[in-house]
Amino acid sequence: MGFLKKIATWIDDRTGISDAIMPLAKHLVPPGAKWNYVFGSATLFCFILQVATGIGLSLLYQPSSANAYHSLAYITHEAFLGNVLRGIHYFGASGMILFVGIHMIRVYITAAYKYPREMNWITGVILLFLTIAMGFTGQLLRWDSNGVWSSVVAAEQLGRIPLIGTYLVQILLGGSAIGEHTLNRFFSFHVFLFPSLMFMLIGLHLFLVFKNGISEPPKAGRLVDPKTYRKWYQDMLNKKGVPFWPNAAWRDALFGAVVVICIVGLAIAFGAPELTQAPDPSILKTTPAPDWYMLPIFALFALMPPKIESYIIVIGPVLTVVGLLALPFLSNKGERSPIRRPWAVFGTLCVVVFIGTLLYIGLKAPWSPKFDTKPIYKQLKATNPQIKQGMVLFYKKGCQYCHKVAGNGGDTGPYLTLIGRKWNADQLKVQIVNGGKNMPAYGAILKKEELDLLVNYLGTLK
Amino acid sequence: MKEEEEISDSRRSFLMKISLGLGGFAALLAGVPILGALVQPIILDKKQTWRAVGKLSEFAEGETKLVKFKNAEAGDWAGVSANSAAWVRHDGAGKLTCFSANCTHLGCPVRWEKDAELFMCPCHGGVYYQDGTVAAGPPPKSLTQYSIRVKNGNVEVKTAPIPLTKITA
Repeated sequence: MGFLKKIATWIDDRTGISDAIMPLAKHLVPPGAKWNYVFGSATLFCFILQVATGIGLSLLYQPSSANAYHSLAYITHEAFLGNVLRGIHYFGASGMILFVGIHMIRVYITAAYKYPREMNWITGVILLFLTIAMGFTGQLLRWDSNGVWSSVVAAEQLGRIPLIGTYLVQILLGGSAIGEHTLNRFFSFHVFLFPSLMFMLIGLHLFLVFKNGISEPPKAGRLVDPKTYRKWYQDMLNKKGVPFWPNAAWRDALFGAVVVICIVGLAIAFGAPELTQAPDPSILKTTPAPDWYMLPIFALFALMPPKIESYIIVIGPVLTVVGLLALPFLSNKGERSPIRRPWAVFGTLCVVVFIGTLLYIGLKAPWSPKFDTKPIYKQLKATNPQIKQGMVLFYKKGCQYCHKVAGNGGDTGPYLTLIGRKWNADQLKVQIVNGGKNMPAYGAILKKEELDLLVNYLGTLK
Repeated sequence: MKEEEEISDSRRSFLMKISLGLGGFAALLAGVPILGALVQPIILDKKQTWRAVGKLSEFAEGETKLVKFKNAEAGDWAGVSANSAAWVRHDGAGKLTCFSANCTHLGCPVRWEKDAELFMCPCHGGVYYQDGTVAAGPPPKSLTQYSIRVKNGNVEVKTAPIPLTKITA
């Protein structure tokens, strides 16, 4: 024991590690920085977990368009604890997105971005977008059918950018279509480019936390004045400050440990998401959908008015980034307490409800034709042969993909369970032949007798 | 050799600028091939080619058929990822139309529903008529068409980039 201690003392003397670390560990932080200060460090713990499990996965992963899918299947079904490893990486990504969001909400609601912490906010905003970019490229690296079509959807969005869109798509995909370079590109972005940027920015973010000190818990009526704040903060620390380690850090350590244990637990219980079909863009019978954290955007694309959609795709992200970066310049002094900033709280609530609603709708995707709906003529009994024929047409002509009858069918169009009560045969004919706002016109598709059979059937739905 | 203080400030400043400039030049030299790797898809744009997708007799009149072929990005490391699909419609008398399988909304794979005579997209509910015009949903324009020809009785489709919908569409 004495010998080991000697070695440790020698290393510490020659490297000066304690001299460098101890002032950081022992630096004074405001009292009362309690549980709502743990989300930043939880995000950091998730990031470290992602780096570590990412390295583990890279030992088993084959980064090429031809082989990635097979190696993913290998990791999921054959490799030793591979499914758990993938699961940790998946739930770790989910956790990181979740905590980066909560951390940001906490910082915004308590206005911790105000003087002198503007750069903390700005580096945080860039890190937020890098985290989302990591989430997107990561789910794509599964390189299954979802991965391939996700890259196409990303390309389509970039392609909307005027003048340079086409070039950006080529840079993104490694060509003008999916091919031999595509997967490598995303691998390089996900494993080298974005993480190296994140390492740098996280370093800067943490440096700023030490330099500017963590924000004191806000108190209503105590205003931030850039002229006096730094002196006031220092005096407050000298008077009431507590050492970061261990007085404040134990909560970070405890919460971080619980988060990691939960992530591993989820990975063991549920494993990684199952792969979809092979990354073959000629397989068209597939229903691409992104992981949950991308679903709100996916849903937004379905619900936006098509006329403005292209502009929103191009201008929306720019406005979001500019708006978030501009925030600490628009308001960098004054009140910090959420009690005195009800609009900030209300606005945050609105954004959370908006994103939550989009996520909920995105999970249901009522706008998508329900291709796997069970044919109504097999579900419901009809003794009359004409009604039976109408039912067959209702399914075969695609009506049932979008309309529900007695619980069978899609959610895009109105439910037709009782349509015979509301509409007569003429109204039904006009609608079917001419279509509507979001319904194809079937005039050229249905023969006259087919139309009659269909209308006859719908008329019986009372 | 001169002592430190014997070097004039202007000379020191000049030498410093030379050093930093050289450093910048070194970074630039190394950086060009790195950026080259990033933008090589623009510089080495793959040439589009014709691919045979079947005999004309295999395309029944009045029907829409799925054809599969390798896109221009096919290479040793592509695997099945460079497979491409398109919908070929035979209107009769050898008049063929080839529709891209990419929805003009966000590129998702549209499928031909034979009985309904409609193309449908699974992602956001885009629907097209048999001639590729929009029937419902968010797509801003008709399905993109690929070049198609009949050569010596073989139907050939010309490979194409992923059709990108422009902001003005």
